[in-house]
Amino acid sequence: MAHTSSEILDGLAEIVAEETGLPTDTVTAEKSFTDDLDIDSLSMMTIVTHAEDKFGVRIPDDEVKNLTTVGDAVTYIEGAQS
Amino acid sequence: MTAPASRDVVVTGLGATTPLGGDAPSTWAAALAGESGARTMDNDWSETYGIPVTFAATIKEHPSEKLSRPEMKRMDPSTQYAMIAAREAWQDAGAPEVDGERLGAVVSSGIGGIWTTLDAWDTLQERGARRVLPMTVPMLMPNSPAAYVSLELGAQAGAHALVSACASGAEAIGYGIDMIRAGRADVVVCGGTEATIHPMPIAAFAASRTLSLRNDDPQGASRPYDVDRDGFVIGEGAAVVVLESAEHAAARGARVYAKMAGVGLSSDAYHITSPDPEGKGQVAAMRRSLADADVDGAEVVHVNAHATSTKVGDLTETRSIRTVLGDDTDHVRLSATKSMTGHLLGGAGALEALFTIKAVHERLAPPTINVVTPDPELQVPLVRDEPATLPDGDIAAVNNSFGFGGHNVALTVTNA
Repeated sequence: MAHTSSEILDGLAEIVAEETGLPTDTVTAEKSFTDDLDIDSLSMMTIVTHAEDKFGVRIPDDEVKNLTTVGDAVTYIEGAQS
Repeated sequence: MTAPASRDVVVTGLGATTPLGGDAPSTWAAALAGESGARTMDNDWSETYGIPVTFAATIKEHPSEKLSRPEMKRMDPSTQYAMIAAREAWQDAGAPEVDGERLGAVVSSGIGGIWTTLDAWDTLQERGARRVLPMTVPMLMPNSPAAYVSLELGAQAGAHALVSACASGAEAIGYGIDMIRAGRADVVVCGGTEATIHPMPIAAFAASRTLSLRNDDPQGASRPYDVDRDGFVIGEGAAVVVLESAEHAAARGARVYAKMAGVGLSSDAYHITSPDPEGKGQVAAMRRSLADADVDGAEVVHVNAHATSTKVGDLTETRSIRTVLGDDTDHVRLSATKSMTGHLLGGAGALEALFTIKAVHERLAPPTINVVTPDPELQVPLVRDEPATLPDGDIAAVNNSFGFGGHNVALTVTNA
C-alpha cells in the first residue's frame, strides 16, 4: 500500500533522527541534508538504505545526488512507490 | 639506564566499563570486595547452536546508559566500550589542555568489530547486498576504537591499534609509553577493549577447549591457581588510561596515580596458541620491563598475573615469575583478577594495568577469588579472598599479559 507524502516525511524524519540524533521535528521538508542537517555521504547512504527498507522502494545511487532536501526525498519516494 | 626525567611517563586518568562496574571506581571497588562479574547469559545460544557454555562475564552497565542513540548505531560494541572508558579517563585526568598534535590515542582490540562483521554477513545472506549498511566497514575495522577516541579528543599525534590477541591492551599502553618517551606526544590516551560475547567466538573458543564449562556455578568458574580450574570465562569491556609525560603533568599540577616505569615485549616463536613451556618469552618480557624501568627484583612487591584459569598457562607464568625474581618472589603479592572479571581478551591487559596502577597508588593488591585448594605447584604467594596491603616506601608492580600467537607484554608500575 502506498504511503502518503506526510507519512513518508514522518518516516524519513524518524530515520534521520536515528542517524543524526536530531529531534524529528527539526527534519522538515525544506531542510537540506548536507547544509542544514550536516549529513555526510556515508550517513546519507545509511538513510537511503533504511528508507528503501521502510518504504519498499529502490533509490538508485544516481538519484541520491539529486535529493538535496528532505522534501526532494519525499517526492522521489512517493513517485517511486507507484 | 634511567630515561631522562622529562620523559618519565605518569598515569593521570583512569576509565573503564567492565563486568564489575560501569566505571573505574566501581570496578575497582568490586574487585577489592572480591565480586565476580560472571553470570548466566540471557539467550538461547545453547539450545539453538549447541554451545556448551551458558555463562560469561558480561558488561555490567549497558553502553546505552552513557552513549547517544546515533553513537550506539554507528559504533561496534567494542568501540562503544572504548569510548565510554576513554571519556571517563579523560575527565578523570582533568580534561588536560593539550595541543592536538601532542596528543595520541592508542586503543587496541584483540578481535575487532566482530558483532558488526557477523551482523553484516547475516544481513547479506538474508536480505542481499543492498541492505548491508554503509557504515559497516568503519564499524568492523579493528582500529575503529582508536580512531573514534582520536576523533573525540582531537588527538593528532597518531591513532594506533596494536593487535596481539590477549596482550593487545597491554601492548597499547606500552606503545603509549614509547610515544611519550620518543617525544612524539605529551599525552596519550591508551587502553584496550573487547566485545566478543557472540555465539560464534564462544563456539570457537569452546571448540579449542579453552573455556570453563562450569555452567552450574558461573561465579565460581574463573579460578586461577585452584586445582579444579577448567578454563577461562569469556568477558567483555574496556579500560583506558591517560599517560602523560611527568613534565607535562607537573606543569599543570595534575593528580598522578603512579609512574608507568617500564615496558617489556617479547614473542615466543614457539607455538600459535601454547606458551613456551619453559616460559622463555615470558621471562624475557619481564626482565626487559624491569630493566627498562631500572627496577631491581627486590622492589617488586606485586604482580597482576595474566592467569586465565587454564591448567597449563597459570603455572607456566608463576614459574617464569620465579625465574625472574628468584628468592625475591617470596615477598611478591600475586593477584589473578580474571577470577573476578573473566577474560576481557584485548581489554584484559588494559584493565589489569589499571588494577596494577590502583594497587600501587592505594598500596592494596586485589584478591584472587575461587581458590579453594591452591595448586601445589603454585610458586608465588597468592592474595586470596581479601586484599593485601603493600609496603610503604618505593615499590614496583608488574602486570603480565600474554596472547595467542606468543605475544608477551610486561608493564612495570612504580609509585609516583
